[in-house]
Formats: sequence, structure tokens, C-alpha cells
Amino acid sequence: MTARDEILKRAREALGGGFQQPATPPEARIVLPEIPREARIEPFFRAVTNLAGKAYLAKSYADAREYVAAVIGEGPAVASNAPLLAESGITYLPGVQAGFTDLQALRQACASAAFGITSAEFALADTGTLVMLSSAEEARMISLLPPVHIAVVPRVRILTGLDELLWLVPQPGLSTSSMVLITGPSRTADIEQILVRGVHGPGEVHVLVI
Amino acid sequence: MSGPPQEKIHETLVNIRLQTAIYTSTARLADHRRTALSTLPEFEELRTQANLIKRHTIENLGFYLEQFESNAKAHGAQVVWARDADEVADFVWDLSKRKNAQLIVKSKSMTSEEIDLNERLAHHDLEPVETDLGEYIIQLAGERPYHIVAPALHKTRYDVADLFSEKLGVPREVEIEKQTRIARSVLREKFLAADIGISGANFLIADSGAVTIVENEGNIRLTTTAPKIHVVIAGIEKIIPRAQDLAVFLKLLGRSGTGQALTVYTSFLTGPRRAEEIDGPDELYIVLLDNGRTRLLADREKRESLYCIRCGACLNHCPVYRKIGGHNYPWVYSGPIGAIITPQYMGVAHEPWLPFASSLCGACGEVCPVKIDIPKLLLDLRAEVHADEAERGQGRLERLGFRVWAWVMRHPRLYEIAGLMASAVLPEDRWFARAPGLLNHGPLGAWLSQRDLPPVGKSFRQMWRERRKAAE
Repeated sequence: MTARDEILKRAREALGGGFQQPATPPEARIVLPEIPREARIEPFFRAVTNLAGKAYLAKSYADAREYVAAVIGEGPAVASNAPLLAESGITYLPGVQAGFTDLQALRQACASAAFGITSAEFALADTGTLVMLSSAEEARMISLLPPVHIAVVPRVRILTGLDELLWLVPQPGLSTSSMVLITGPSRTADIEQILVRGVHGPGEVHVLVI
Repeated sequence: MSGPPQEKIHETLVNIRLQTAIYTSTARLADHRRTALSTLPEFEELRTQANLIKRHTIENLGFYLEQFESNAKAHGAQVVWARDADEVADFVWDLSKRKNAQLIVKSKSMTSEEIDLNERLAHHDLEPVETDLGEYIIQLAGERPYHIVAPALHKTRYDVADLFSEKLGVPREVEIEKQTRIARSVLREKFLAADIGISGANFLIADSGAVTIVENEGNIRLTTTAPKIHVVIAGIEKIIPRAQDLAVFLKLLGRSGTGQALTVYTSFLTGPRRAEEIDGPDELYIVLLDNGRTRLLADREKRESLYCIRCGACLNHCPVYRKIGGHNYPWVYSGPIGAIITPQYMGVAHEPWLPFASSLCGACGEVCPVKIDIPKLLLDLRAEVHADEAERGQGRLERLGFRVWAWVMRHPRLYEIAGLMASAVLPEDRWFARAPGLLNHGPLGAWLSQRDLPPVGKSFRQMWRERRKAAE
């Protein structure tokens, strides 16, 4: 008997044997608070700041571009292929490399970059979270390898929280192999419970809302 | 019957540095939890829902495992079933040979600790490297985790300084921030050179065929992103029905474990990288491990032990764990949850003292985010230990004592006479109790070494009769 068949057989016997009917789980608990779009920015920024992230409300593309330029200085920075970054001109700032489609080239660039610039599919207001979906426009590594992550999010993409995200995207796997929620800078407290930021992921996270 | 490791426990108790580390770390984790829950008014409701979902899933485990398997395959993952530790190690070894792989990066996983995967892989000349900072420290020290969520809880910065300079050949560094940076740069190279990444899973999502993993450092994202091959090793009990159920479980897990509303990173991974995506692993293997879980499943009363989401809250609130720490428990799972699952995996005769290593204060059950009734399970297991001893003809005297006690309790006249006799031989001045050597030896000795007999005075019946007489 294969391991598969044996484990399934044991599980069925343990539970009283017989053929298992398709199970109907208890109803999912999704609670959607009604918070107008405008009122989400303030709690979102508060949550980001509480996590030691930096939050900035950009009035225009030019404003966002200037903010990013000030943060990255000479770079080197890697930007994702998100249209928003190109539209706002961030992609074309000096010191920014972008347009990667080849894995090896992307890896090399990310491994030596000081800044990674991405968009985010959504943001979650109550926890200060960025929701990253891997795609041709967004690689996984740009928000991961460089020590500083800058994310640019359109204002309309701020959701109230996890419940609204899972209500909107009940099966993330249908559109991407990787959905990652980022809630603040990378951290550890593994030595003496002392908080240190930037262990393996970015120790500094900037969130720009446009 | 083998008892608790008295000497090792004594060493822990008299080690002030270690006592301070355990005490302050668990207190801090408990404080963070309390603060985080103060802003979650629906906590009780979420616990109830989590318990309901876990119960439903465990009771339909066969169905959900098959649903998970078919959805995972549909997204291009390969599902591997493993009966035990050997089968997992054989699979990884075989995969490494086929792919010509040698360097393996690993992210923290209690399941892989459970099966001693690192030792098994090293035995095959593979190089598995732990990448969670705490777990890396533990691996360098050749130890096992001290705590489910804080593996290096017992190590100070000075221990780490010694360890890093000895094992990594770097100058001795006692600043925690700089130690972290040393680990980052050493491990970054490993990530970029590794052939295979091995992770655990916090949840297997049946309706999506997806794996959900939570962390704070980013090492899990690197483990699951940088190498060409990603291997997930997960116990079959990790299944939940839907992605939407994460709305309940993630809120409970982060807050119960470290007091975070959400951990820094939550990865929801479905299959290997898709054609249009730029990065991510080319191959994804999901190993579904039994290793005794179906045996637990067969016990209707105790199968709720399988609901555990490994948050560690019961350890932080346990007066026993907070004194004896993690390494005096016989297996990788320590604290109250370890005390209930270890006897079930290994058999109650293996470490029969474990279910008794509890004051039954109930704190573990109160904080459990999925409402496992740990105190009740401890009592059930105590009964099983006794039944097992009876079967093997042990503990005869104790059983005889209790039988006599029960018999006396059922006969009021006899009980009264026994009481009168006790107050005759144990008067107020208690010469009998003070007389050395009378009670402090023999079967009652251990019990009396920590306790005094209550002063024997008038019995309730006597007082009642006198009162009635006085009233007449």
C-alpha cells in the first residue's frame, strides 16, 4: 500500500471508517466594517508608523517622485514593472534600474541594490499591511532583498483589513503563486527578546499613498 | 516507572541566569499578548470559531486532505505523503540526488524538529542550514529549541558572542544588533547559493491547495523564493478548509504568540512560480506527514490535541514551564501542549511523569486560542498512566490505599470511627506528626516532605451534634 493510501485509510478508520461525505464547513467569519475610503488613510498611516514604518501621502505623481528621489539619493535602486511606477516617473529617476524580466539579472540587481521600489495590490488600514501579489509586474525579491523597501499604493486600494481582503480575493491562488502580506519592517527578538529590525528582509519600509 | 529528570531540573532551578531568562522572556511574551488582546473585543468569538473550524476539519480530515491534494496538484505542486520521519528524510535525500543538490536552507519548523530532519540530512552528507536567527543559534550550539516560538530563549548575547566567534570565526561581538547583522550576511550568501529551500507550514488551505506561513524575519520568504526548489514539510493536522478562515486564525495566531496583530510577513503560496512570473521556485513539493497523527485521531476524547496552532501561549503562562524551561521536557514540544501530545505520540508508558508535571491551574486552557481543554486532557492522561501501571502490576500500594479510602468514605459509621481514631493519635500537640521517621518514610514520605498534616480537631459531625444539643 502506498503511504498516501495508508495514511488516508488510517485517518478514515480513526474517524469511524466508512465513506466520507463532502464536508460542509461552518460558515466563514468575514466581518466588513463600513469605513469610507477617505477615513482609511489616517488609521493606515498610524498603523504603519506604529510599526516603525514611514508613511507619506503624495499629492501628485511629481510629489511622490520627489519623495522617492530624496530617499534613494544616488541609489542603487531596483524598481518593479508596475505601471504606476512608470506613470509617476519613479522608474526613470537616476539610480533606478527597472524593466527586469530575466530571473538572473533581477537576482543580481536585487542582491546589490540598497532600495527596492514596488507598488502593492492593496493595503490594509487596521494593521498597516501591504499586500503583494507576484506577477509579471511585481517580482517577489524586490520587496525582500534590498535593505530598504519603498511601496507606492493608490489611495483607492486601501482596504479596511484582512477580512475585506479575503472577501475580495477569496482564493488568491487563482491569480498568483504568491500573495505576501507585509506588516512593517523585518524584525527579530530572538536574542534576549531585544527587538532588532532588518534581519533578513528590509529593516526600513516606506509607504507612499498617491 | 521513569520519573522526571530530577538532576537536570535541579540544575535549571539553581541557575539564576537561566531562571531570569525564562521568567522575563515568558513574561514579556505574555504581556505583549495581553496588550494585543485588549484591542480585540471579539477575541472570545474568534476562539470559538477557530475551535469549531478545527473540530470540523479534524473530523473530516480524510476529505480535506484529498481536497487539498487535488487543488495543490492543479496548481502544479507535487504532493508527497510520508508515514514517518524516515520517509521524509528518504524523500529529501532522493530529491537532492536527482537534482544534484547539496546546500539546503531551512526555515524554522517544529515539524522538522520533531523528525530530527537536520541530523538525518547531515547523515547523508547534505548541508541543512537553519535561517531563523534563533534557530540558527540553536543549530550552531547543537541544541534543540527551548520554546516553540522563541527557540533561543535561554541564550544570552554573551553566549551568542562565544558561539559566533567559535563557529563562524568572526571577532567576538556582544552587541545584539551587530550579531544580527553578522547572521544576516552569513545567511544571505547561503540563501543565494542554496539548491533547495525547506519550510514548514502554519496552515494548509484545502480549497486553494495553498500553504500559509507566518514569520517576522523574512527568512521564510527567502527560503521559499531564492532556491529553485521549495519543499514544504507539514503535519496532516495543519489543514483548514478555506483561505477565508485565515481571517480567524491569523488574528489569533500573531496575537497569542508574540502579541502582533499580524506577523511581519504572511506568505500565501499556491504552486510553484507561474510562467509569467519573474521569480519564485520552479518546483514545489508538499510533504504531508503522519508520524503518529492518525493514532491521535483515533482517540475521540483527545483528538482535540491536533487543533494546536503552535502559538506557544500555554508555555508562557505555565508555572511549571516557567520554572523548569524547555529542555527538561523529553521531546521537542515543551510546556503544557508538550505534556499532552508527547504521551500520545510516544505512548503513556514512555514518560509517565509528564501529565503530572502540572499544577492543573488551568492557565493553559484559558489562553489557548483554539480552546484545547489542556487541563482536562492532562487528567485523562493521568488516568491512562494509572491504568497502564495497573496493567503492568505497578502502583499496587497506592491503588490499595485509595480503595480503602473510598470504602471508608462510603461507610459513615466507619468514617466517624476512623476520624475519632485519628484525633486520638493526632492530638493538638501533634506528637505523632512530629515524631521523625513515622510518616516521613514509606509511601507517604515524598508527599509529606512538602506538606504538613492538617491539625486534627473536632470533626464537623461532632460540632453539629454539640450545636444541636445546645440549641435544644
